[in-house]
Amino acid sequence: MGSNMAENHPIAFRFVLEAKERGAKIIHVDPRFTRTSALADIYAPIRCGSDIAFLGGIINHILEKDLWFREYALNYTNIATIINDKYQDAEELDGIFSGWDAETRSYKLETWQYKGEATPQELEKFHVTTGSPYPEKLKRIASGPPSTDLTLQHPNCVYNILRRHYARYTPEMVERVTGCPKETFLAVADALVQNSGREKTGAWCYAVGWTHHTTGVQIIRCAGIIQALLGNIGRPGAGILALRGHCSIQGSTDVPTLYNLLPGYLPHPSANPDNADLKSYIESGTTQTGFLHNFPKFTTSLLRAWYGENANKGNEWGYQWIPKILGDHSQLPMTLAISNGTIRGLLLIGQNPVIGGHNSSMIRKALPNLEWMVIREFFENETASYWYKSPEALSGEIKPENVKTEMFLLPAALPGEKDGTFTNTHRLVQWHDKVVDPPSDCRSDLWFFYHLGRKLKELYAQSNDPRDDPIKNLSWDYPEIGPRRDPLAEAVLKEINGYTWPERKQLENTKQLKDDGSTACGVWIYTGVFPKQDHNQARSRVADGSDGPGTHLGWGFAWPDNRRILYNRASADPDGKPWSEKKRYMWWDESKKKWDGYDVSDFPPDKAPGYVPDWNDNPRGMDAIDGKSPFTMISDGKSSLFVPSGIKDGPLPTHYEPVESPVKNILYGQQDNPATKKWPRRDNRYHEPADPKYPYAITTYRLTEHHSGAIPTRMVPTTAELQPEGFAEIPPELAEETGIANLDWVIISTARGEVETKALVTDRLQPFTIDGKRVYQIGMPWHFGWQGYATGDIANTLSSVVGDPNTTIHEGKAFTCNLRKGRLNGRSHQ
Amino acid sequence: MTSPLYPLPVPFRAREHSDSVMQRPIPDESELTAGVRIVPGRAYGFFTDTSLCIGCKACEVACKEWNTLPADKVRLSGTSYDNTRHLSATTWRHVRFIEKIRNSGGARVTAMEPFQSNWLMMSDVCKHCKRAGCLEACPTGALFRTEFGTVVVQQDICNGCAYCVPSCPFGVVEINFNDGKAHKCTLCYDRLKGGFEPACAKSCPTNSIQFGEVEDLLDRACKRLEKLRRSRPSAYLYGAPGAPGATGGIEQLYCFFLLLDRPEVYNLPLNPKLPSKRIKKSLNAGLITAAGIGLAAAAVLASVGQEE
Repeated sequence: MGSNMAENHPIAFRFVLEAKERGAKIIHVDPRFTRTSALADIYAPIRCGSDIAFLGGIINHILEKDLWFREYALNYTNIATIINDKYQDAEELDGIFSGWDAETRSYKLETWQYKGEATPQELEKFHVTTGSPYPEKLKRIASGPPSTDLTLQHPNCVYNILRRHYARYTPEMVERVTGCPKETFLAVADALVQNSGREKTGAWCYAVGWTHHTTGVQIIRCAGIIQALLGNIGRPGAGILALRGHCSIQGSTDVPTLYNLLPGYLPHPSANPDNADLKSYIESGTTQTGFLHNFPKFTTSLLRAWYGENANKGNEWGYQWIPKILGDHSQLPMTLAISNGTIRGLLLIGQNPVIGGHNSSMIRKALPNLEWMVIREFFENETASYWYKSPEALSGEIKPENVKTEMFLLPAALPGEKDGTFTNTHRLVQWHDKVVDPPSDCRSDLWFFYHLGRKLKELYAQSNDPRDDPIKNLSWDYPEIGPRRDPLAEAVLKEINGYTWPERKQLENTKQLKDDGSTACGVWIYTGVFPKQDHNQARSRVADGSDGPGTHLGWGFAWPDNRRILYNRASADPDGKPWSEKKRYMWWDESKKKWDGYDVSDFPPDKAPGYVPDWNDNPRGMDAIDGKSPFTMISDGKSSLFVPSGIKDGPLPTHYEPVESPVKNILYGQQDNPATKKWPRRDNRYHEPADPKYPYAITTYRLTEHHSGAIPTRMVPTTAELQPEGFAEIPPELAEETGIANLDWVIISTARGEVETKALVTDRLQPFTIDGKRVYQIGMPWHFGWQGYATGDIANTLSSVVGDPNTTIHEGKAFTCNLRKGRLNGRSHQ
Repeated sequence: MTSPLYPLPVPFRAREHSDSVMQRPIPDESELTAGVRIVPGRAYGFFTDTSLCIGCKACEVACKEWNTLPADKVRLSGTSYDNTRHLSATTWRHVRFIEKIRNSGGARVTAMEPFQSNWLMMSDVCKHCKRAGCLEACPTGALFRTEFGTVVVQQDICNGCAYCVPSCPFGVVEINFNDGKAHKCTLCYDRLKGGFEPACAKSCPTNSIQFGEVEDLLDRACKRLEKLRRSRPSAYLYGAPGAPGATGGIEQLYCFFLLLDRPEVYNLPLNPKLPSKRIKKSLNAGLITAAGIGLAAAAVLASVGQEE
């Protein structure tokens, strides 16, 4: 669900088919019948943007029919934990939770906390807030486990809150909101329950079909609740698998390229007072209990890696040289900032924002404001050619002679032309060697950044200005090889892994990291990927034999500590015994007094299932996690069905309509997610709910045949031929109503812009009946542009800049539009 | 790795080549990737199991890239996701898409049949017939049977007569009007000679296309069919000896298919025939016609004579 796995992850899908051959049931829930649906056992159609209604229905079904895995959930989740008396649910407040501040359009979190105390919650750190920091008291108290009622009688225990919250998400309501027939919904719910428990496990696979919503984080939270209730986390064949969209995009999140994170998911320091110096940054980031008590070790080691001998205790290990973030610097607000003239230069690497960015027309009109733009690409992409080839340039709205931007198009190397690693969906890091040198001036990204850094250091070498210290003090000593002076990629991986300081002896695991400056480590979760001077574990390719166990610990390296399943303590029951022989994975060996199994244990190897912290001793870190609490990154060790802090739009997922929806919210007076990030302006207008001017739902997506912005595929004849032109998929019922025939030219319009494309009339799209009203939905792939062999109008001309409150991810999967037969005069590129 | 679908007897050799540094091609690489060593004198082919096809078209791309075939149909066809449309002189693998989303009552389906259901996808290819119509028709010897049992056109010998084109009951062979020669799938003759699995089979992510010795493939296919038919009684082999597709003197398709619907749905002939099987009938018909004309002429002449 939220994934078209067969089309977008065909290699991974082979394993789904192998599972199917062994008897696994495959379910596909999707607005469109896709190549994934064709290989599924059940296809459940839903209207785009109604996922939480569907998933909430499953939670309701599990709880009301008492189908949850009681022993697992009672012990391993916060289902029995009692929540603050002042908490008020969205059911009571018509779609808003207690703590809502209408002025700042954000929640205050006090009423969501565990009763009697404010529990430190890991998740909060991943989302640097743009507002004031959380009250200090929310993060500190760790005087004992939270109060619970294991009989589940207390009205404010999570179990009863959940039941009340989802009581109205009945199969009938699911059908009314999503359009999925009740019987199909129940078939899905039954299949999930039947394939969970001691003997069986089930997995959810999702991708951007879930994240590209203003409720994206909450949709994924639903899966978290379902899987924790059914006992499907930390066990073989279980889990929630986020299928990543590109090679190594997992790596680019880990290392990372995200503005609000430092490597290894450490929060990026902000300009808030609680990040003013290293001491306060570490204080605000360290949990008292749980694994992230080690936070100071990760931070200090990172600073040592970056600033080398220039870092010392006296200068806070160089903490002040890290630039501080001021707010939301993610892609959507940045495109607006270009439009406003705030951003003057742009460095684009593997990015084609004219295709992949939202409200593309607004972006195209914003780009001339830049003073300079550097694009590293294989070909001249749409962002590099907008100034003379875009619809605005053709219509005269953008005059090439008036574009003052100095543009640089730098040729990039392809994967086979460089050494490096891929980190895949399952956190597996695999090394690859260069096959051939890149042609002529093409260079790897590593080459580019290394020499850029080297040149900058040269330019600032003589400066006495303190603001140049960050670059002057950066350690930048990678060995060069070959006539092109390529930096040695393995040297970078060694630094990522970490070594002792100053001896530079490679570290073998995260436990060896220190907070006294005696270790340097680029990305703490990758420690172990290069554990010895001459041993690159990412290069290892030793597979298990056919006799098992099938975890393949000798194949590459999976972070952290080469662990293949996270929270694998949960694969054993509270006493440490496997839940069943069939699902045996990790277990407590009483005779050896240690954890044994097929994987690297999440728990300290000698932590017995019967261990209980003595709270009189003021236990800290992992010592505060008892022997029956597998979720060690969460400070109480329990999976959070109810999330007291860390998520900005509510402690429980609630159905909201997309910001643009063809229907009103049937469940609540609150139409859309109240905390949604909106930027209403003249060139970024939103449609009203059920706006008759824009009556159809539209969803955008990718095709197997093209890769994202499609520069690598539209420019290559053999792939261009397979999906050679842009198109929109239209159900025959709507085609008949609008007089559109297959292959006719059609115009799709929104308040942001219009595109023309060809109609592909197909039964794979279908009309839905939503609360008695017929709702049509059309689909349009967003790969196309004017460059290359396979061309078409840009689907993201239609979408708006609007973001999920937690992640600022757009809503390209569900918005509204109008559709008519015809062409745009003089606007076509075909 | 071993696949539970078709366990491959390879893991020991794989260990020898487990390092990522490769100084030279692996000898007999096909043994690692397809579980078969390629030896002249034996017949090789494809088993294309459409029940596992996800329509990704990796086979089409791999084929065109390896054989340096041009992309010459860069235009939206409007026929589902099929834009290359048919096998041709420049398209040697072709994935057909057949949308049957509605059930017999006209409603869109939600409960699916086991494996590929309601949107059929099938990767078509030259069948490399045991008795090949194209081969029989070729007057120059440009078409020949290789040491691997496959049928290949040698463009340097081909004179472009195009007799092979109508002689193929499957419409596989085509003349490329740029060079005036016949072209079709070679089952990657050059790769087989080097010990490599054909490009399409190697690139298939779901094992829908399997390469191997024909006898082994048939054995695998029968096992797969037996299992599949328990839940999918409509499944059958197309091109196996005695099965549809292997009729009319063709005897056997070395590249055969597991299909889930009638052959016509996939645009395959139900009862293909070798053209030579029609010769006797045609010849007789021709002789009878000729005799008839002769008799008529004689009669006319006789009557003319009489008149004189």
